[in-house]
Order: sequence, then structure tokens, then C-alpha cells
Amino acid sequence: MQIDSPAIVCTARAHGEHGAVIRLLTKSDGLIAAYVHGSRSRKTKGVLTPGNLVAAELEARGEGRMARARLELETSRAALALDPLSLAMVEWLTMLVADTLPEGETFPDVYVRMNAMLALLDADAGALRVGEALARFEFALLADLGFQLDLGSCAVTGQLDDLIYVSPKSGRAVSRDAGAQYKERLLALPAFLLGSGVRPTGADIQGALGLTRHFILRDLLPTHRADRTIVARDRVDARLGKRF
Amino acid sequence: MSSPEIDALTQALSRLPGLGPRSARRAVLHLLKRRETALEPLRAALDAVDARMSTCSTCGNVDTNNPCHICTDPRRDDTLLAVVEDVADLWAMDRARLFSGRYHVLGGRLSALEGVGPEDLSVEQLLVRARDERVTEVVLAMNATMEGQTTLYYIAERLESMNVNVTTLAHGVPVGGELDYLDEGTIAQALRARQPLSR
Repeated sequence: MQIDSPAIVCTARAHGEHGAVIRLLTKSDGLIAAYVHGSRSRKTKGVLTPGNLVAAELEARGEGRMARARLELETSRAALALDPLSLAMVEWLTMLVADTLPEGETFPDVYVRMNAMLALLDADAGALRVGEALARFEFALLADLGFQLDLGSCAVTGQLDDLIYVSPKSGRAVSRDAGAQYKERLLALPAFLLGSGVRPTGADIQGALGLTRHFILRDLLPTHRADRTIVARDRVDARLGKRF
Repeated sequence: MSSPEIDALTQALSRLPGLGPRSARRAVLHLLKRRETALEPLRAALDAVDARMSTCSTCGNVDTNNPCHICTDPRRDDTLLAVVEDVADLWAMDRARLFSGRYHVLGGRLSALEGVGPEDLSVEQLLVRARDERVTEVVLAMNATMEGQTTLYYIAERLESMNVNVTTLAHGVPVGGELDYLDEGTIAQALRARQPLSR
């Protein structure tokens, strides 16, 4: 295996005294785990910061063998660590991608959206914009991994308008009338997710993130890692809540 | 071909950070050749440390006394408390002798990846110390890594309700550093934190 591709560093875990095992989201080959030699050196340490965009050269001796990576920093995202919200976002995004995408399958759209998301954080776009972008990113990720929410019509009546709930079981939209008696158990469906053109408020974004959180926890995160990973999402929710 | 005792010493040394089998062999040969000037003092120092070393119950520093020499030093400023990730960071900060306050060692940093949560660090002990009326400023001296900063913001949030100033170390161009060798993140932060030139 020989891959030369731009990639986003998702996670880096120390391995032995000098190395690290990293997970990269590559543009050409999706999520790849690789070994980096000398990762503790002053020069390389900064390159392995999650969220960094790198030029990756990956080489493995055979199929199924872990690749060795040589990385060159293209865009550093280290400065995002100096803003609590951006830091929480980067931590969550990189862990989410590393924990949910299967290795060895290509996801070019996820790469593009992830890069756009990081660029938005870099541009200091404000809590409303990054919150909305995160909700859209998570919706798209659910769809990419086969768990697309069906928000086109009411699951009960089939009606196309006045959809304000989502069933936490089926992931389908429910209209105001049909959901009235179950509203305690249904999830809120903010209008901006239906392409209404309405600019979302902080509460709308929190509603949308509540929706994606439910389905990510249920459908995407492996049970044994969910508790560990969702802590990062808790931080995002808390810090977004402070800024709305 | 060496004796089993020498092999055992070589193996023990090669497990130390920074040493491999080859450098461990060189160290062993050096110790054997200079028995009186190298081996004996090393053995005495190891014995002394082994017999008396303990973790300070106040700050988490490693010292031969408990409480450690920093916690018992009456010349230290009780109003300042610096929080560091590890003992190595405490020693690095104290080497410079620029900080006159007390320290608190967390014993690591938050890392979802490694499964390190707040309960694995000495956060609760820190909160107890920060509640002390004498403490007016808590300096969060964490590393400028993602995990270091995650820990920093977590502790800052926990300290929010307390009557102390919470400060952090500055980030930017290191003394003696050249711009050409800095990453964009550091340059961006240095620009953001630029200061008027004092004349």
C-alpha cells in the first residue's frame, strides 16, 4: 500500500518511547491508522495535533499491515486550542470521525466537510455559525454512515408540512397534530433543518444538536467507547450554551 | 559475554526513558570501570532516594520529605498557586526560580482518548486548596497542547465560582526563537497577544 494524500489528523496515541499510532482522515482513502516514528521529537510533536491538515505519505508492506506515515504540516490548527469552544469542537469532531468511520473506506465528502468545519473554526465565525455547521455536519455524517433521518414527511399521517418533531425510535419526522399526545417523548425538529431559510436561533441549534446527539449515541458510537467519547460532546454543548 | 548480574543491570537500565540496550551497555561499562567515582555514588544516591522518597500529600510533588521542601518553605508566597500537569513541569518551572508561589501537581491531563477523566487527577484537592482564603491567584500552567488546554478550561470552569483570579501562561514567540521556524498557530497567537512597545 502506498498513499500520498492530504489528510486531517484525528487522534494520536503514544506508542513506545518514540512513536505514536495516529488516525488520519485522508481525502483519497478515508480513515487510516498509521505508525509515526519519532513522534515525540520537538519537530514532529506539533504536527500530530488533532485537526491539523497534513500532507501524508503512507506506506505498508502488505494488505492489513499497519502503515508507516511521514507527515508534513500544511495547516496548523494548534491555535484553536486557545479558544474553549473551538477546542471542544475540534476534540469532538476528530474523536467522532475516528470512532465512527470504518477504516479502509473512502469518504471524500466527510473529508471536505470536516476541512470546511475546521476552516470555519479557524475563521472565528461565532457560536451561531459554528453551532449550525456542527449540526449539519452531524446530520450529514449520520446519512453517510447509513442512518439518514427521514424528515420529508410525517411518519404517522404522511403530511408534508407543520413537521415539528422527530421520533427517537424511527428517526422520522412527526407533524404537530400527530405528535401532540406524545410530545414529551418526541425530539424537537428545528425548522432550519427543513430548509425553511429561517436563520436559526441558539435554541434551534441546541434542538438540532440534541437530535443528532441522540442518534449518534444510539447508532454510531460503539457502546464500549460511547461514555468516553460523549464527554467531548458534553463540553461542546456546555460551551455553546454559554455563548447563545 | 557478561555475567547474569551485569546483564540484569543492563536490562534494568535499558528500560529507563531515553536509554536503549546499547546506551545501557555503555552506562554499565562506565559504572564498572569507574567503580569508586561513578558506581558507589550512584548506589548511595539510589539507596537514599529509595528510602526517603515520597509524594507530597499537599501538592503532589515528589520529594524526600512530606510535605515537600516547596510546601514547607516559609519564603514562598501563599497567595499564588500554580497548577501544573506533572512533577516534571513543576521542576521545569521551579528551575527558573521566577515563580515564588506554591504549586499543585494534577498528576496528568484530561484525555478522552486515553480514558483519563477528572476523577483520575487531583482536581478536588486543588479546589480545596483554592478555597483557602490566602490564595488570591491561581496560575494555570498547562502545556499548550490540545489535552493541556482541555484540562485548563475544565479547571477554569470549576474555579469560576471561587473568589480567586484565574490566569494562564502566555503563548507566543519563545525567547531566542525565530519566526521562520514557528508554526502558524504560534504566530497567530503571538500576533493576537501583541503588546504596545514600552519606551
